[in-house]
Amino acid sequence: MIRTFVFIGILLPGVAWSDDRRTGYDDMSPDLQALQEDPMNPGTFWVLDGERLWSEPAGSAAQSCDACHGPAETSMQGVAARYPSFDAPSSSAVDLPGRIALCQSRHQKIAAPKDRADPDSLALLAYVTHQSRGLPITPDADPRLAPARAVGAELFSSRMGQLNLSCAQCHDDNDGGYLAAARIPQAHPTGYPQYRLEWETLGTLDRRLTGCMTGVRADRFPPGSPEMVSLELFLKSRAAGMTVETLPIRP
Amino acid sequence: MTLSRRTAVTALLSLPFVLQSGSAGATPDSMQAALKDFTGGAPVTPERVTLKIPLLVENGNSVPLSVAVDSPMTAEDHVEEIAIFNEINPLPDTARFHLGPRSGLAAVETRIRLNGSQTVHAVARMKDGSFWSATTDVIVTAPACREV
Amino acid sequence: MTVLINIPDTAAPGEIVEIKILIQHPMETGFRTGLDGTLVPRDIIESLACLYLGEEVFRADLYPAITANPFLGFHLRADTTGDVEFIWTDNAGVTSREVRTLTVS
Repeated sequence: MIRTFVFIGILLPGVAWSDDRRTGYDDMSPDLQALQEDPMNPGTFWVLDGERLWSEPAGSAAQSCDACHGPAETSMQGVAARYPSFDAPSSSAVDLPGRIALCQSRHQKIAAPKDRADPDSLALLAYVTHQSRGLPITPDADPRLAPARAVGAELFSSRMGQLNLSCAQCHDDNDGGYLAAARIPQAHPTGYPQYRLEWETLGTLDRRLTGCMTGVRADRFPPGSPEMVSLELFLKSRAAGMTVETLPIRP
Repeated sequence: MTLSRRTAVTALLSLPFVLQSGSAGATPDSMQAALKDFTGGAPVTPERVTLKIPLLVENGNSVPLSVAVDSPMTAEDHVEEIAIFNEINPLPDTARFHLGPRSGLAAVETRIRLNGSQTVHAVARMKDGSFWSATTDVIVTAPACREV
Repeated sequence: MTVLINIPDTAAPGEIVEIKILIQHPMETGFRTGLDGTLVPRDIIESLACLYLGEEVFRADLYPAITANPFLGFHLRADTTGDVEFIWTDNAGVTSREVRTLTVS
């Protein structure tokens, strides 16, 4: 039962769990699963662009990501599987798009890093996340993340919006059911950033959460806001042990 | 006896696998006009063409389609063109594929957009001027909580 | 614009070779309205041709109903070693080209 796991998940963010959890991939039709497995997967373009950007010098420091981090295949392995993490200088939890922007401003000295929805930002995010493909989600056990994670757990169970629904009501209580001919997933973030057919482009977890909040007619948390990062912390602990997907596709 | 669309859809919903070719149902006028334009009014035989599209599609923005025509693809006997038509998208034309003896095999794949549940038609013109076809009824759903 | 092309490096004479191509392109239909209420202009690849040994072996006329990041799979019969060219044109008349070599032995 998802509810039982949620309790354990808050206390022990790194516990591996084999059980009846289902990903959005598991819930998809065979042709969409085939598209995800297909070498001609459109998500590939962003990973290729990210690979190029990784080696491009940028900012007034004219440093590429590669100059500090070296090859991403080694340095970035496991990073996406662990995020969000704690940023000491700002004393706050930060998600991976946020971390990339912080690197750009602090170390590459880019005055105004691009918005996280920008194609270049998405490409770098896709490329870095790609280095965790096939790895289990292993939430950062840093105790400083616990308060934000608890906020995320609280938000997940809080009714919101004009429809007055909480995430838990659909994704814990009614997962596997149908909402307007669409199957309700358990909402494990194993496949982000994802190429979503609905968007016809790659998108982040906060873009999807924004869509959910629009669906219940709630005021939306801004992308990268403390609420969004808290929710991601909670969702990742709830999904601990599940595999980071390769080039995810969703309807 | 003609099947009503509702009956046909209900029957199709009970088939959870790819439908390879189906019977032609009622088609809107603009699609018929585009089809007539392609064939010049010549007779079209619903054989030799295999059209593969999933029966039930979760999002109409990307629907895999493959079409194949039974043909030796020699200089004397080959497929010249395959046209894909749809019923309810803004335009009836979806794609036209030009082949020839150097193709070796009359088999083409692509991904299309379908603006809702409808019938898709594939019509092939051979070098000898004959026309052959196949159709498939596709049910298109969409994810809930769509982005505004 | 990034392109993924799946074509074998080598083939035997007379062998039927399968080719797949995926082009990064929004295929903006021209039927959508933007957030400001105005129509987003059409921006689609209208034609993709494959030439082998200088001769057209396949051509696709594409309409707005072709999915974003268009995908095409087709075949050709291997003859002799030579270039396989992919040439595609959008509705603004801009042409792009990629070449691969097919070694036939």
